[in-house]
Amino acid sequence: MGRHIAVIAESRGTELRQSTFEALQAAVQLAEFSDSVSVLLIGTNLEARQEKLLKTGLQALYVVEDEASTPYEPDYALQTVKQWYDNVKPDVIIMGHTAIGKDLAPMLAASIDAGQISDVIALSPSQKGVLFKRPIYAGKAFESKSFAEASPWIITIRPNNFTPLQELPASMHCGSAEPVVVKLTPPKPSLRSVVTRVVERISGSIDLSEAKIVVSGGRGVKSKEGFKPLEELAEVLQGAVGASRGACDSGYCDYALQIGQTGKVVTPEIYFACGISGAIQHLAGMSQSRTIIAINTDPEAPIFQIADYGIVGDLFEIVPLLTAELRKALA
Amino acid sequence: MSHTNESFHIAVLLKQTFDTEEKIAIHEGKIQDEDVKWVVNPYDEYAIEAAIQWKEQHGGHITVYTAGPDRAGEALRTALAMGADEAVHIELEDQELQAVDEWGIAQCLYHVLKDRQVDLLLAGNFSIDQGSSQTAIRLSTLLQWPHAGAITKLERVDETTAAIERDAEGDTEYVNVSLPALFTCQQGLNEPRYPSLAGIMKAKKKPVTTVPASELLALLDNTQKTQRELLELPPPRMSGQMLQGSAEEQVQQLIQALRSSSNVFEA
Repeated sequence: MGRHIAVIAESRGTELRQSTFEALQAAVQLAEFSDSVSVLLIGTNLEARQEKLLKTGLQALYVVEDEASTPYEPDYALQTVKQWYDNVKPDVIIMGHTAIGKDLAPMLAASIDAGQISDVIALSPSQKGVLFKRPIYAGKAFESKSFAEASPWIITIRPNNFTPLQELPASMHCGSAEPVVVKLTPPKPSLRSVVTRVVERISGSIDLSEAKIVVSGGRGVKSKEGFKPLEELAEVLQGAVGASRGACDSGYCDYALQIGQTGKVVTPEIYFACGISGAIQHLAGMSQSRTIIAINTDPEAPIFQIADYGIVGDLFEIVPLLTAELRKALA
Repeated sequence: MSHTNESFHIAVLLKQTFDTEEKIAIHEGKIQDEDVKWVVNPYDEYAIEAAIQWKEQHGGHITVYTAGPDRAGEALRTALAMGADEAVHIELEDQELQAVDEWGIAQCLYHVLKDRQVDLLLAGNFSIDQGSSQTAIRLSTLLQWPHAGAITKLERVDETTAAIERDAEGDTEYVNVSLPALFTCQQGLNEPRYPSLAGIMKAKKKPVTTVPASELLALLDNTQKTQRELLELPPPRMSGQMLQGSAEEQVQQLIQALRSSSNVFEA
Protein backbone atom coordinates (compact mmCIF):
# COMPACT_ATOMS: atom_id res chain seq x y z
CA MET A 1 0.00 0.00 0.00
CA GLY A 2 1.33 3.38 -0.98
CA ARG A 3 0.71 6.62 0.77
CA HIS A 4 -2.49 8.55 0.42
CA ILE A 5 -1.86 12.16 -0.61
CA ALA A 6 -4.88 14.42 -0.24
CA VAL A 7 -5.52 17.93 -1.51
CA ILE A 8 -8.04 20.17 0.19
CA ALA A 9 -9.73 22.10 -2.64
CA GLU A 10 -10.59 25.75 -2.31
CA SER A 11 -13.21 27.70 -4.23
CA ARG A 12 -13.89 31.33 -4.85
CA GLY A 13 -17.59 31.71 -5.56
CA THR A 14 -18.56 28.73 -7.69
CA GLU A 15 -15.10 28.22 -9.23
CA LEU A 16 -12.23 26.12 -8.03
CA ARG A 17 -9.29 28.33 -7.25
CA GLN A 18 -6.09 27.85 -9.21
CA SER A 19 -4.35 27.01 -5.92
CA THR A 20 -6.29 23.72 -5.93
CA PHE A 21 -4.70 22.61 -9.20
CA GLU A 22 -1.31 23.88 -8.03
CA ALA A 23 -1.71 21.75 -4.90
CA LEU A 24 -2.55 18.78 -7.16
CA GLN A 25 0.67 19.43 -9.06
CA ALA A 26 2.59 19.35 -5.78
CA ALA A 27 0.79 16.11 -4.87
CA VAL A 28 1.82 14.48 -8.16
CA GLN A 29 5.43 15.63 -7.72
CA LEU A 30 5.42 14.15 -4.24
CA ALA A 31 3.77 10.88 -5.21
CA GLU A 32 5.87 7.82 -5.68
CA PHE A 33 4.93 4.55 -7.29
CA SER A 34 1.77 3.14 -5.67
CA ASP A 35 0.84 6.39 -3.89
CA SER A 36 -2.67 7.65 -4.53
CA VAL A 37 -4.04 11.17 -4.80
CA SER A 38 -7.47 12.36 -3.67
CA VAL A 39 -9.29 15.66 -3.17
CA LEU A 40 -11.59 16.96 -0.46
CA LEU A 41 -14.19 19.36 -1.86
CA ILE A 42 -16.43 21.39 0.44
CA GLY A 43 -19.21 23.81 -0.56
CA THR A 44 -22.55 24.01 -2.33
CA ASN A 45 -23.62 23.33 -5.94
CA LEU A 46 -20.52 21.27 -6.41
CA GLU A 47 -21.46 19.26 -9.53
CA ALA A 48 -19.46 21.31 -12.03
CA ARG A 49 -16.44 21.49 -9.76
CA GLN A 50 -16.71 17.79 -9.03
CA GLU A 51 -16.69 17.02 -12.73
CA LYS A 52 -13.71 19.28 -13.35
CA LEU A 53 -11.74 17.54 -10.61
CA LEU A 54 -12.64 14.05 -11.83
CA LYS A 55 -11.41 14.99 -15.30
CA THR A 56 -7.87 15.07 -13.91
CA GLY A 57 -8.14 11.31 -13.41
CA LEU A 58 -8.45 11.29 -9.62
CA GLN A 59 -8.98 7.97 -7.91
CA ALA A 60 -11.03 9.40 -5.07
CA LEU A 61 -12.99 12.52 -4.38
CA TYR A 62 -14.51 13.33 -0.99
CA VAL A 63 -17.42 15.71 -1.12
CA VAL A 64 -19.08 17.65 1.68
CA GLU A 65 -22.15 19.39 0.24
CA ASP A 66 -22.85 21.99 2.90
CA GLU A 67 -24.45 25.41 2.83
CA ALA A 68 -23.03 26.25 6.25
CA SER A 69 -19.48 25.95 4.91
CA THR A 70 -19.53 29.48 3.52
CA PRO A 71 -18.51 31.97 4.66
CA TYR A 72 -15.39 30.29 6.04
CA GLU A 73 -15.47 30.04 9.83
CA PRO A 74 -12.42 28.42 11.47
CA ASP A 75 -14.12 26.30 14.13
CA TYR A 76 -16.62 24.84 11.70
CA ALA A 77 -14.05 24.32 8.94
CA LEU A 78 -11.82 22.44 11.37
CA GLN A 79 -14.67 20.18 12.46
CA THR A 80 -15.50 19.40 8.84
CA VAL A 81 -11.93 18.63 7.91
CA LYS A 82 -11.22 16.74 11.14
CA GLN A 83 -14.22 14.50 10.51
CA TRP A 84 -12.92 13.78 7.00
CA TYR A 85 -9.43 13.17 8.36
CA ASP A 86 -10.64 10.68 10.95
CA ASN A 87 -12.52 8.78 8.23
CA VAL A 88 -9.91 8.86 5.52
CA LYS A 89 -6.59 9.14 7.39
CA PRO A 90 -4.52 10.55 4.53
CA ASP A 91 -0.74 10.49 5.01
CA VAL A 92 -0.14 13.87 3.38
CA ILE A 93 -2.45 16.87 3.18
CA ILE A 94 -1.73 19.73 0.79
CA MET A 95 -3.53 23.05 0.42
CA GLY A 96 -2.77 26.54 -0.88
CA HIS A 97 -1.03 29.06 1.38
CA THR A 98 -4.07 31.27 0.90
CA ALA A 99 -6.09 33.14 3.56
CA ILE A 100 -7.99 29.92 4.25
CA GLY A 101 -4.99 27.60 3.98
CA LYS A 102 -2.97 29.74 6.39
CA ASP A 103 -5.81 29.51 8.89
CA LEU A 104 -6.98 25.95 8.47
CA ALA A 105 -3.66 24.11 8.05
CA PRO A 106 -2.15 24.96 11.47
CA MET A 107 -5.48 24.18 13.20
CA LEU A 108 -5.60 20.78 11.57
CA ALA A 109 -1.88 20.23 12.25
CA ALA A 110 -2.36 20.98 15.96
CA SER A 111 -5.47 18.86 16.25
CA ILE A 112 -3.86 15.77 14.69
CA ASP A 113 -0.43 16.49 16.23
CA ALA A 114 1.26 16.78 12.85
CA GLY A 115 4.20 18.74 11.54
CA GLN A 116 3.51 21.41 8.95
CA ILE A 117 5.71 23.06 6.36
CA SER A 118 4.17 26.33 5.18
CA ASP A 119 4.44 28.44 2.08
CA VAL A 120 6.34 25.90 -0.01
CA ILE A 121 7.59 26.99 -3.44
CA ALA A 122 9.30 23.78 -4.61
CA LEU A 123 9.91 20.23 -3.54
CA SER A 124 12.70 17.83 -4.39
CA PRO A 125 13.76 14.36 -3.35
CA SER A 126 17.04 14.00 -1.46
CA GLN A 127 18.85 11.45 0.66
CA LYS A 128 17.26 13.03 3.69
CA GLY A 129 13.81 12.50 2.24
CA VAL A 130 11.77 15.06 0.38
CA LEU A 131 13.00 18.62 0.82
CA PHE A 132 10.42 21.39 0.86
CA LYS A 133 11.82 24.76 -0.16
CA ARG A 134 10.28 27.87 1.31
CA PRO A 135 11.18 31.54 1.50
CA ILE A 136 12.18 33.03 4.85
CA TYR A 137 12.63 36.71 5.67
CA ALA A 138 10.03 37.27 2.94
CA GLY A 139 12.32 35.86 0.27
CA LYS A 140 15.65 37.32 1.37
CA ALA A 141 16.68 33.68 1.91
CA PHE A 142 15.33 30.16 1.37
CA GLU A 143 15.28 27.20 3.69
CA SER A 144 14.62 23.60 2.74
CA LYS A 145 12.88 21.53 5.37
CA SER A 146 12.04 17.89 5.78
CA PHE A 147 9.53 16.07 7.95
CA ALA A 148 10.90 14.19 10.96
CA GLU A 149 8.09 11.63 10.97
CA ALA A 150 6.82 9.32 8.23
CA SER A 151 3.30 10.79 8.47
CA PRO A 152 1.08 12.73 8.74
CA TRP A 153 2.46 15.69 6.80
CA ILE A 154 0.72 18.99 6.26
CA ILE A 155 1.95 21.28 3.52
CA THR A 156 0.73 24.65 2.29
CA ILE A 157 2.02 25.85 -1.06
CA ARG A 158 2.52 29.42 -2.20
CA PRO A 159 0.23 30.47 -5.06
CA ASN A 160 1.83 30.96 -8.51
CA ASN A 161 4.78 28.63 -7.92
CA PHE A 162 3.53 25.20 -9.07
CA THR A 163 2.17 24.72 -12.59
CA PRO A 164 -1.57 24.02 -12.26
CA LEU A 165 -2.19 20.33 -12.97
CA GLN A 166 -4.42 19.49 -15.93
CA GLU A 167 -4.33 15.75 -15.62
CA LEU A 168 -2.74 13.14 -13.42
CA PRO A 169 0.01 11.09 -15.12
CA ALA A 170 -1.35 7.96 -16.79
CA SER A 171 0.31 5.70 -14.21
CA MET A 172 -1.77 7.34 -11.48
CA HIS A 173 -5.03 7.40 -13.40
CA CYS A 174 -7.92 5.45 -12.08
CA GLY A 175 -8.20 4.21 -15.68
CA SER A 176 -11.41 2.49 -16.67
CA ALA A 177 -12.45 1.96 -13.05
CA GLU A 178 -14.99 4.41 -11.75
CA PRO A 179 -13.50 7.02 -9.44
CA VAL A 180 -14.71 6.77 -5.89
CA VAL A 181 -16.89 9.71 -4.87
CA VAL A 182 -17.59 9.68 -1.16
CA LYS A 183 -20.21 12.02 0.28
CA LEU A 184 -19.57 13.05 3.86
CA THR A 185 -22.04 14.57 6.29
CA PRO A 186 -21.36 18.11 7.49
CA PRO A 187 -20.80 18.67 11.23
CA LYS A 188 -23.01 20.60 13.64
CA PRO A 189 -22.56 24.36 13.41
CA SER A 190 -20.21 26.03 15.85
CA LEU A 191 -21.52 28.72 18.14
CA ARG A 192 -18.24 30.03 19.45
CA SER A 193 -17.57 32.27 16.50
CA VAL A 194 -20.19 33.61 14.13
CA VAL A 195 -19.54 35.43 10.89
CA THR A 196 -22.20 38.13 10.92
CA ARG A 197 -21.43 39.81 7.61
CA VAL A 198 -19.03 39.67 4.67
CA VAL A 199 -18.31 42.67 2.49
CA GLU A 200 -16.79 41.38 -0.72
CA ARG A 201 -14.16 43.33 -2.49
CA ILE A 202 -15.01 44.85 -5.84
CA SER A 203 -15.98 42.00 -8.11
CA GLY A 204 -13.59 41.22 -10.91
CA SER A 205 -10.60 42.51 -9.02
CA ILE A 206 -7.82 39.96 -8.81
CA ASP A 207 -6.15 38.88 -5.61
CA LEU A 208 -2.63 40.25 -5.27
CA SER A 209 -0.91 37.01 -4.31
CA GLU A 210 -2.47 35.13 -7.24
CA ALA A 211 -2.17 37.86 -9.88
CA LYS A 212 -0.03 37.15 -12.95
CA ILE A 213 0.65 40.86 -13.33
CA VAL A 214 1.10 43.36 -10.53
CA VAL A 215 1.28 47.13 -11.01
CA SER A 216 2.70 48.75 -7.88
CA GLY A 217 3.04 52.33 -6.81
CA GLY A 218 5.31 53.99 -4.26
CA ARG A 219 5.79 57.43 -2.81
CA GLY A 220 6.35 58.71 -6.35
CA VAL A 221 2.63 58.21 -7.00
CA LYS A 222 2.20 61.26 -4.75
CA SER A 223 -1.51 60.91 -3.88
CA LYS A 224 -4.56 58.67 -3.77
CA GLU A 225 -5.57 59.96 -7.21
CA GLY A 226 -2.07 59.17 -8.44
CA PHE A 227 -2.97 55.47 -8.30
CA LYS A 228 -5.59 55.96 -11.03
CA PRO A 229 -3.20 55.46 -13.99
CA LEU A 230 -1.79 52.38 -12.25
CA GLU A 231 -5.28 50.94 -11.82
CA GLU A 232 -5.94 51.54 -15.52
CA LEU A 233 -2.76 49.71 -16.52
CA ALA A 234 -3.63 46.83 -14.20
CA GLU A 235 -7.11 46.66 -15.70
CA VAL A 236 -5.85 46.45 -19.28
CA LEU A 237 -3.50 43.63 -18.29
CA GLN A 238 -6.03 41.94 -15.99
CA GLY A 239 -3.59 42.39 -13.14
CA ALA A 240 -3.75 43.63 -9.58
CA VAL A 241 -2.58 46.87 -8.00
CA GLY A 242 -0.02 46.81 -5.20
CA ALA A 243 1.90 49.40 -3.23
CA SER A 244 5.06 50.02 -1.24
CA ARG A 245 5.02 50.71 2.47
CA GLY A 246 5.86 54.35 1.69
CA ALA A 247 2.67 54.73 -0.35
CA CYS A 248 0.57 53.03 2.37
CA ASP A 249 2.13 55.02 5.20
CA SER A 250 1.45 58.22 3.24
CA GLY A 251 -2.22 57.24 3.07
CA TYR A 252 -2.34 56.89 -0.73
CA CYS A 253 -3.84 53.42 -0.47
CA ASP A 254 -5.05 50.68 1.81
CA TYR A 255 -2.59 48.54 3.76
CA ALA A 256 -4.18 45.49 2.13
CA LEU A 257 -2.18 46.44 -0.98
CA GLN A 258 1.19 46.61 0.73
CA ILE A 259 3.94 44.45 -0.75
CA GLY A 260 7.11 43.82 1.19
CA GLN A 261 8.51 42.15 4.24
CA THR A 262 5.55 43.55 6.10
CA GLY A 263 2.57 43.12 3.80
CA LYS A 264 2.28 40.59 1.02
CA VAL A 265 4.91 38.69 -0.89
CA VAL A 266 4.13 38.35 -4.58
CA THR A 267 5.70 36.35 -7.39
CA PRO A 268 3.88 37.41 -10.57
CA GLU A 269 5.01 36.98 -14.17
CA ILE A 270 5.41 40.73 -14.54
CA TYR A 271 5.89 43.30 -11.80
CA PHE A 272 5.67 47.00 -12.58
CA ALA A 273 7.33 49.18 -9.92
CA CYS A 274 6.15 52.74 -10.50
CA GLY A 275 7.67 55.51 -8.42
CA ILE A 276 9.15 52.94 -6.02
CA SER A 277 12.74 53.57 -4.94
CA GLY A 278 13.34 49.95 -3.89
CA ALA A 279 13.91 49.84 -0.13
CA ILE A 280 15.15 46.45 1.10
CA GLN A 281 11.85 45.86 2.86
CA HIS A 282 9.98 46.26 -0.45
CA LEU A 283 12.41 44.21 -2.53
CA ALA A 284 11.87 41.30 -0.13
CA GLY A 285 8.25 41.15 -1.19
CA MET A 286 8.67 41.22 -4.97
CA SER A 287 12.20 40.35 -6.05
CA GLN A 288 11.18 36.79 -7.01
CA SER A 289 8.85 38.13 -9.70
CA ARG A 290 9.74 36.74 -13.12
CA THR A 291 10.10 40.04 -14.96
CA ILE A 292 10.49 43.36 -13.15
CA ILE A 293 9.90 46.70 -14.84
CA ALA A 294 10.89 49.83 -12.97
CA ILE A 295 9.72 53.33 -13.79
CA ASN A 296 11.32 56.07 -11.70
CA THR A 297 12.50 59.64 -12.17
CA ASP A 298 15.65 58.97 -10.14
CA PRO A 299 18.23 57.05 -12.22
CA GLU A 300 20.06 56.14 -8.99
CA ALA A 301 17.02 54.42 -7.44
CA PRO A 302 18.04 50.96 -6.12
CA ILE A 303 15.02 49.38 -7.82
CA PHE A 304 16.90 49.66 -11.16
CA GLN A 305 19.55 47.25 -9.86
CA ILE A 306 17.06 44.38 -9.82
CA ALA A 307 14.82 45.46 -12.70
CA ASP A 308 14.89 43.60 -16.01
CA TYR A 309 13.78 46.76 -17.79
CA GLY A 310 14.27 50.25 -16.44
CA ILE A 311 12.69 53.45 -17.63
CA VAL A 312 13.98 56.70 -16.18
CA GLY A 313 11.01 58.97 -16.45
CA ASP A 314 7.85 60.36 -14.97
CA LEU A 315 5.36 57.61 -14.23
CA PHE A 316 2.50 60.01 -14.96
CA GLU A 317 3.79 60.26 -18.54
CA ILE A 318 5.02 56.69 -19.06
CA VAL A 319 2.20 54.69 -17.47
CA PRO A 320 -0.74 56.24 -19.42
CA LEU A 321 1.29 55.94 -22.63
CA LEU A 322 1.98 52.27 -21.87
CA THR A 323 -1.68 51.67 -21.05
CA ALA A 324 -2.81 53.24 -24.32
CA GLU A 325 -0.29 51.25 -26.39
CA LEU A 326 -1.14 47.99 -24.64
CA ARG A 327 -4.84 48.61 -25.13
CA LYS A 328 -4.16 48.88 -28.88
CA ALA A 329 -1.84 45.90 -28.91
CA LEU A 330 -4.26 43.67 -27.01
CA ALA A 331 -7.40 44.77 -28.86
CA MET B 1 -19.95 36.33 35.25
CA SER B 2 -18.43 39.77 35.45
CA HIS B 3 -14.85 40.86 35.46
CA THR B 4 -13.39 43.57 37.59
CA ASN B 5 -10.67 45.44 35.80
CA GLU B 6 -7.78 43.46 37.20
CA SER B 7 -9.35 40.08 36.65
CA PHE B 8 -9.50 40.38 32.86
CA HIS B 9 -6.29 38.82 31.61
CA ILE B 10 -4.81 39.67 28.26
CA ALA B 11 -1.92 37.60 26.93
CA VAL B 12 0.20 38.77 24.00
CA LEU B 13 2.61 36.52 22.08
CA LEU B 14 5.60 38.23 20.61
CA LYS B 15 8.79 37.38 18.79
CA GLN B 16 11.99 39.28 18.35
CA THR B 17 12.96 39.53 14.67
CA PHE B 18 15.49 41.19 12.38
CA ASP B 19 14.66 44.75 11.42
CA THR B 20 13.00 44.78 7.99
CA GLU B 21 15.87 46.77 6.47
CA GLU B 22 18.46 44.13 7.43
CA LYS B 23 20.13 42.19 4.64
CA ILE B 24 20.51 38.45 5.11
CA ALA B 25 23.88 36.70 5.01
CA ILE B 26 24.62 33.03 5.59
CA HIS B 27 27.70 31.90 7.48
CA GLU B 28 28.57 28.23 8.03
CA GLY B 29 25.05 27.14 7.24
CA LYS B 30 23.44 29.63 9.60
CA ILE B 31 21.85 33.04 9.20
CA GLN B 32 24.44 35.60 10.27
CA ASP B 33 22.92 37.40 13.24
CA GLU B 34 25.82 39.35 14.69
CA ASP B 35 25.52 43.14 14.64
CA VAL B 36 21.95 42.85 13.47
CA LYS B 37 19.31 45.35 14.56
CA TRP B 38 16.61 43.43 16.45
CA VAL B 39 13.03 44.63 16.71
CA VAL B 40 9.69 43.38 17.96
CA ASN B 41 8.10 41.55 15.01
CA PRO B 42 6.09 44.38 13.37
CA TYR B 43 2.81 42.40 13.43
CA ASP B 44 3.29 41.67 17.13
CA GLU B 45 3.47 45.42 17.76
CA TYR B 46 -0.14 45.66 16.57
CA ALA B 47 -1.02 42.96 19.10
CA ILE B 48 0.70 44.82 21.96
CA GLU B 49 -0.99 48.07 20.97
CA ALA B 50 -4.39 46.35 20.76
CA ALA B 51 -3.89 44.94 24.26
CA ILE B 52 -2.96 48.35 25.65
CA GLN B 53 -5.94 50.03 23.98
CA TRP B 54 -8.26 47.33 25.35
CA LYS B 55 -6.84 47.90 28.83
CA GLU B 56 -7.19 51.67 28.52
CA GLN B 57 -10.85 51.32 27.55
CA HIS B 58 -12.02 48.35 29.59
CA GLY B 59 -9.30 47.59 32.12
CA GLY B 60 -7.29 44.42 32.37
CA HIS B 61 -3.88 43.00 33.06
CA ILE B 62 -1.44 42.44 30.17
CA THR B 63 1.19 39.70 30.15
CA VAL B 64 3.54 39.43 27.18
CA TYR B 65 5.12 36.09 26.29
CA THR B 66 8.06 35.25 24.12
CA ALA B 67 9.99 32.10 23.34
CA GLY B 68 13.51 32.97 22.33
CA PRO B 69 17.14 33.34 23.37
CA ASP B 70 18.46 35.72 26.02
CA ARG B 71 18.41 38.72 23.65
CA ALA B 72 14.64 38.35 23.16
CA GLY B 73 14.31 39.84 26.66
CA GLU B 74 14.80 43.24 24.99
CA ALA B 75 11.62 42.73 22.99
CA LEU B 76 9.74 42.00 26.22
CA ARG B 77 11.17 45.19 27.75
CA THR B 78 9.93 47.16 24.75
CA ALA B 79 6.43 45.74 25.25
CA LEU B 80 6.58 46.55 28.98
CA ALA B 81 7.72 50.09 28.14
CA MET B 82 4.78 50.46 25.75
CA GLY B 83 2.40 49.56 28.58
CA ALA B 84 2.25 45.80 29.23
CA ASP B 85 2.24 44.85 32.92
CA GLU B 86 4.42 41.77 33.11
CA ALA B 87 6.40 39.40 30.92
CA VAL B 88 7.17 35.71 30.65
CA HIS B 89 10.33 34.68 28.83
CA ILE B 90 10.57 31.06 27.68
CA GLU B 91 14.29 31.04 27.29
CA LEU B 92 15.84 28.85 24.62
CA GLU B 93 19.53 28.10 24.42
CA ASP B 94 21.10 28.48 20.97
CA GLN B 95 21.14 24.73 20.41
CA GLU B 96 17.50 24.39 21.40
CA LEU B 97 16.62 27.23 19.07
CA GLN B 98 18.14 25.34 16.14
CA ALA B 99 16.15 22.20 16.94
CA VAL B 100 12.63 23.42 17.58
CA ASP B 101 9.89 24.10 15.04
CA GLU B 102 6.46 25.75 15.19
CA TRP B 103 5.04 22.55 16.67
CA GLY B 104 7.60 22.61 19.52
CA ILE B 105 7.18 26.32 20.28
CA ALA B 106 3.39 25.97 20.32
CA GLN B 107 3.75 23.05 22.74
CA CYS B 108 6.00 25.12 25.05
CA LEU B 109 3.56 28.03 25.04
CA TYR B 110 0.69 25.64 25.64
CA HIS B 111 2.33 24.17 28.73
CA VAL B 112 2.96 27.66 30.12
CA LEU B 113 -0.48 29.06 29.31
CA LYS B 114 -2.83 26.16 29.95
CA ASP B 115 -3.12 26.66 33.70
CA ARG B 116 -3.18 30.44 33.60
CA GLN B 117 -6.30 32.50 33.37
CA VAL B 118 -6.38 34.19 29.99
CA ASP B 119 -9.47 35.89 28.57
CA LEU B 120 -7.98 37.41 25.45
CA LEU B 121 -4.97 36.14 23.53
CA LEU B 122 -3.36 38.40 20.93
CA ALA B 123 -0.54 37.72 18.48
CA GLY B 124 0.84 39.00 15.20
CA ASN B 125 -0.59 37.74 11.92
CA PHE B 126 2.80 36.14 11.15
CA SER B 127 6.45 36.67 11.91
CA ILE B 128 8.47 38.39 9.24
CA ASP B 129 11.40 35.99 9.64
CA GLN B 130 10.00 32.43 9.47
CA GLY B 131 6.65 33.63 8.13
CA SER B 132 4.93 30.29 8.51
CA SER B 133 1.71 31.58 10.19
CA GLN B 134 1.47 28.55 12.49
CA THR B 135 2.45 29.05 16.12
CA ALA B 136 -0.39 31.23 17.43
CA ILE B 137 -3.13 29.25 15.69
CA ARG B 138 -1.60 25.96 16.80
CA LEU B 139 -1.65 27.30 20.36
CA SER B 140 -5.30 28.37 20.27
CA THR B 141 -6.21 24.97 18.82
CA LEU B 142 -4.32 23.19 21.62
CA LEU B 143 -6.13 25.40 24.14
CA GLN B 144 -9.39 24.53 22.33
CA TRP B 145 -10.22 28.20 21.94
CA PRO B 146 -11.79 29.83 18.91
CA HIS B 147 -9.75 32.32 16.95
CA ALA B 148 -9.95 34.86 14.18
CA GLY B 149 -6.94 35.60 12.00
CA ALA B 150 -5.71 38.82 10.37
CA ILE B 151 -8.02 41.17 12.27
CA THR B 152 -8.18 44.87 11.39
CA LYS B 153 -10.63 45.90 14.13
CA LEU B 154 -11.27 44.65 17.67
CA GLU B 155 -14.16 45.70 19.90
CA ARG B 156 -15.50 44.46 23.19
CA VAL B 157 -19.18 43.47 23.01
CA ASP B 158 -19.52 42.23 26.60
CA GLU B 159 -17.50 40.30 29.17
CA THR B 160 -17.47 37.16 27.08
CA THR B 161 -17.68 38.37 23.48
CA ALA B 162 -15.51 40.36 21.10
CA ALA B 163 -16.50 41.68 17.68
CA ILE B 164 -13.79 41.81 15.05
CA GLU B 165 -13.29 42.75 11.45
CA ARG B 166 -10.84 40.72 9.43
CA ASP B 167 -9.18 40.95 6.08
CA ALA B 168 -9.69 37.86 3.93
CA GLU B 169 -7.86 38.54 0.67
CA GLY B 170 -9.64 41.83 0.13
CA ASP B 171 -13.03 40.80 1.53
CA THR B 172 -13.90 42.19 4.94
CA GLU B 173 -15.52 39.76 7.37
CA TYR B 174 -17.35 40.76 10.54
CA VAL B 175 -17.19 38.08 13.22
CA ASN B 176 -18.43 37.75 16.79
CA VAL B 177 -16.19 35.50 18.82
CA SER B 178 -16.74 34.20 22.34
CA LEU B 179 -13.87 34.63 24.80
CA PRO B 180 -11.38 33.30 25.63
CA ALA B 181 -10.14 33.49 22.07
CA LEU B 182 -7.08 34.23 19.98
CA PHE B 183 -6.89 37.09 17.53
CA THR B 184 -3.96 37.53 15.17
CA CYS B 185 -3.35 41.14 14.25
CA GLN B 186 -3.03 42.57 10.76
CA GLN B 187 -1.76 45.88 9.47
CA GLY B 188 -4.37 48.60 9.74
CA LEU B 189 -5.59 47.44 13.18
CA ASN B 190 -3.91 50.34 14.95
CA GLU B 191 -0.86 52.59 15.04
CA PRO B 192 1.57 51.09 17.59
CA ARG B 193 2.86 53.68 20.05
CA TYR B 194 6.51 54.35 20.77
CA PRO B 195 7.57 53.69 24.36
CA SER B 196 7.74 56.95 26.33
CA LEU B 197 10.71 57.79 28.52
CA ALA B 198 8.53 57.35 31.58
CA GLY B 199 7.35 54.03 30.17
CA ILE B 200 10.95 52.86 29.68
CA MET B 201 11.76 53.79 33.31
CA LYS B 202 8.68 52.01 34.64
CA ALA B 203 9.40 48.92 32.56
CA LYS B 204 12.60 48.32 34.51
CA LYS B 205 10.54 47.58 37.61
CA LYS B 206 7.92 45.36 35.97
CA PRO B 207 8.18 41.63 36.64
CA VAL B 208 9.77 39.32 34.06
CA THR B 209 9.53 35.58 34.75
CA THR B 210 12.02 33.35 33.01
CA VAL B 211 11.05 29.76 32.21
CA PRO B 212 13.87 27.61 30.83
CA ALA B 213 12.60 25.98 27.63
CA SER B 214 14.51 22.82 28.56
CA GLU B 215 11.96 22.16 31.32
CA LEU B 216 9.10 22.39 28.82
CA LEU B 217 10.84 20.53 26.03
CA ALA B 218 11.56 17.70 28.48
CA LEU B 219 7.80 17.11 28.64
CA LEU B 220 7.74 16.32 24.91
CA ASP B 221 8.81 13.18 23.07
CA ASN B 222 10.57 15.30 20.50
CA THR B 223 11.24 19.01 19.99
CA GLN B 224 10.26 19.22 16.35
CA LYS B 225 8.29 17.48 13.63
CA THR B 226 9.95 19.33 10.78
CA GLN B 227 13.61 20.24 10.45
CA ARG B 228 15.76 22.59 8.43
CA GLU B 229 18.14 20.77 6.11
CA LEU B 230 19.46 23.56 3.95
CA LEU B 231 19.73 27.30 3.88
CA GLU B 232 20.49 29.34 0.79
CA LEU B 233 20.33 32.83 -0.62
CA PRO B 234 18.24 33.60 -3.71
CA PRO B 235 20.26 33.67 -6.94
CA PRO B 236 21.28 37.25 -7.68
CA ARG B 237 19.15 38.89 -10.35
CA MET B 238 20.94 39.60 -13.57
CA SER B 239 21.23 43.31 -14.06
CA GLY B 240 18.70 44.40 -16.59
CA GLN B 241 18.46 46.83 -19.41
CA MET B 242 17.88 50.55 -19.11
CA LEU B 243 15.67 51.61 -21.99
CA GLN B 244 16.68 54.69 -23.98
CA GLY B 245 15.05 57.26 -26.19
CA SER B 246 11.88 59.29 -25.97
CA ALA B 247 9.02 58.20 -23.71
CA GLU B 248 7.19 56.81 -26.77
CA GLU B 249 10.24 54.90 -27.92
CA GLN B 250 10.85 53.44 -24.49
CA VAL B 251 7.25 52.27 -24.21
CA GLN B 252 7.50 50.60 -27.65
CA GLN B 253 10.74 48.86 -26.67
CA LEU B 254 9.15 47.63 -23.47
CA ILE B 255 6.13 46.18 -25.24
CA GLN B 256 8.42 44.43 -27.76
CA ALA B 257 10.52 42.99 -24.97
CA LEU B 258 7.51 41.76 -23.01
CA ARG B 259 6.00 40.17 -26.09
CA SER B 260 9.12 38.12 -26.72
CA SER B 261 9.78 37.12 -23.12
CA SER B 262 6.36 36.51 -21.69
CA ASN B 263 3.30 34.52 -22.63
CA VAL B 264 0.99 36.83 -20.70
CA PHE B 265 0.01 38.68 -23.86
CA GLU B 266 -1.31 35.61 -25.60
CA ALA B 267 -4.03 35.05 -23.03
